[in-house]
Amino acid sequence: MPLPLDLLKTWTIRATDAAGRAWFDDALTRLAGEHTERDLFVFVGLAPRKLGKAPLSLTPEDLAAAEAARPGWRPDGLTVDQTARLSLLLTAADHGEPFFAAFHQLWRTADVGEQVTFHRGLPLYPEPARHLWRATDGCRTSIRAVFEAIAHGNPYPAEQFDETAWNQMCLKALFVGTTLHPIVGLEARHNRALARMMADYAFERWAASRPVAWELWRCVGPEPDERALSALARAVTSTDPLTARAATLAAHTSRVPAATELVARASDEIRAELARGDLTWDALVARAPATP
Amino acid sequence: MKFIDPHIHMNARTTDDYEAMAAAGVVAVIEPAFWLGQPRTSVDTYIDYLSTLVGWERFRASQFGIKHYCTVGLNSKEANNEALAEAVLAILPRFATKEGVVAIGEIGYDEQTKAEDKAFRAQLELAKQLDMLVMIHTPHRDKTQGTRRSMDVCIEHGLDPSKVVVDHNSEETVKETLDRGFWAAFTLYPQTKMGSERMVEVVRRFGTERIFIDSSADWGKSDPLAVPKTGRLMLARGISPEAVQKVCYANALAAYGQSGQFNESDWLAPATIDQRELFEGNSVLRGQAPQVDARPDTRPVGPVEAMSEDALVIE
Repeated sequence: MPLPLDLLKTWTIRATDAAGRAWFDDALTRLAGEHTERDLFVFVGLAPRKLGKAPLSLTPEDLAAAEAARPGWRPDGLTVDQTARLSLLLTAADHGEPFFAAFHQLWRTADVGEQVTFHRGLPLYPEPARHLWRATDGCRTSIRAVFEAIAHGNPYPAEQFDETAWNQMCLKALFVGTTLHPIVGLEARHNRALARMMADYAFERWAASRPVAWELWRCVGPEPDERALSALARAVTSTDPLTARAATLAAHTSRVPAATELVARASDEIRAELARGDLTWDALVARAPATP
Repeated sequence: MKFIDPHIHMNARTTDDYEAMAAAGVVAVIEPAFWLGQPRTSVDTYIDYLSTLVGWERFRASQFGIKHYCTVGLNSKEANNEALAEAVLAILPRFATKEGVVAIGEIGYDEQTKAEDKAFRAQLELAKQLDMLVMIHTPHRDKTQGTRRSMDVCIEHGLDPSKVVVDHNSEETVKETLDRGFWAAFTLYPQTKMGSERMVEVVRRFGTERIFIDSSADWGKSDPLAVPKTGRLMLARGISPEAVQKVCYANALAAYGQSGQFNESDWLAPATIDQRELFEGNSVLRGQAPQVDARPDTRPVGPVEAMSEDALVIE
């Protein structure tokens, strides 16, 4: 079975012309052998200048191979400079301690494109716990592209973040105006503290007459406390069609009987959708307007 | 008319300057790494400065509809702090290849010391290794000799003159710079460098081939509108619009466009300005209403005829 590094190299080469390939092969050979920190800095830095930034066209087979090579890894949307940079890093990673030192220097001074790439590589590096501070620090960004590189389509946070970091990431997703559904492990990492934080956030938004993201209810539903329950009850009868549906679905799938009882307050139309099995998170996501 | 200011230290300027520049037609700026007035004492502050150039300052410019690029390098003054210089030279390769870095610069000589010479040569080698352009700062003192020496050293290190911009030229240095095949940039800076009236004469005498102008506006008494103002003065003095466009826009684009990081399409098809965007948790907005979904006001500063001579001449 191919390793993630094999796949990354294959995809990079597939999207590269002869000159780019010659450069890439040389860089990989140099980083596989004895090399200096500066070699790593220069090769990783030069990748987009040498290979461009074209998107890869990954096939369903490629995505299946990625899942087999590293469960939870979702390489869709990667560009050739990103797969090249990750190939270079994973090749140098065989050198252990000197690699980690050089890599974290590189990360410290990363530009936006590099930050996105390094964070997308989080599920692939050896000794994943060593990159935890970089990942949680990356979540403090307000550059949405960087935040999404960690939070979306990335199994790393669910595997490595403690409850505080996980909950902050989920809440922060709403603050940077992005979505919750691409977060890997949203259901599995559910916890009561997150439900409380999300419900508090809803009250705060309502008090300020600001809209509340419809997806928020997905994180409130499983185990709402009294206060969260009252928020959920309000959302079930919301005039916003997405909010009412999300809250109803969240109530329906709750582990708390007082929450499932709220379904009865939903409109006839929504209850009919629920009865037909048409009310799912995927269906609601498909129905939601695209985020800017 | 569109303008490029290919040498300006926006880090030292205000948001009012960005607004005025956008309104005057400046579409793109290049910010060379330089001396901050207060000497740095550690490589860490240098790292944060270079990160600012490739990160925060670029974001700040984008909020006003101006595309921001930069050059990275160790300036000649700080090259004289040899411990600092050695550390900075070691981290430069990490910044040279960042997105939007168009050259190694501004580098060269200040007092023409041994330490300056060493740092200059090391950076020319870096440029050669990475196939990058070079932006040369020519010295204020002993200028003619310093400019000649800068070019000699570039040639000695095997750099192609068409990949080197020699900045802060004067009437005394321009002929040799052009004759040897280098790009000749002129800095419109009150008191110490060129004035707009003198620049008009330079263009009359030396033409527009490989010549362009910049403001080098920074924390000193300088003018971030020097490029558009001088362009308008040239028009008022009878220089053709084509020639003015070359000196104030097209030549800088041709010179730095060679980097592959500086493309006209970057500003001709710009992303929408959205001041609501945050960068590292900070917004440049401090309470004022955000400007959303609108291009900056691109009205001209005013017809040339309507401007007083005082407004045009900056020396």
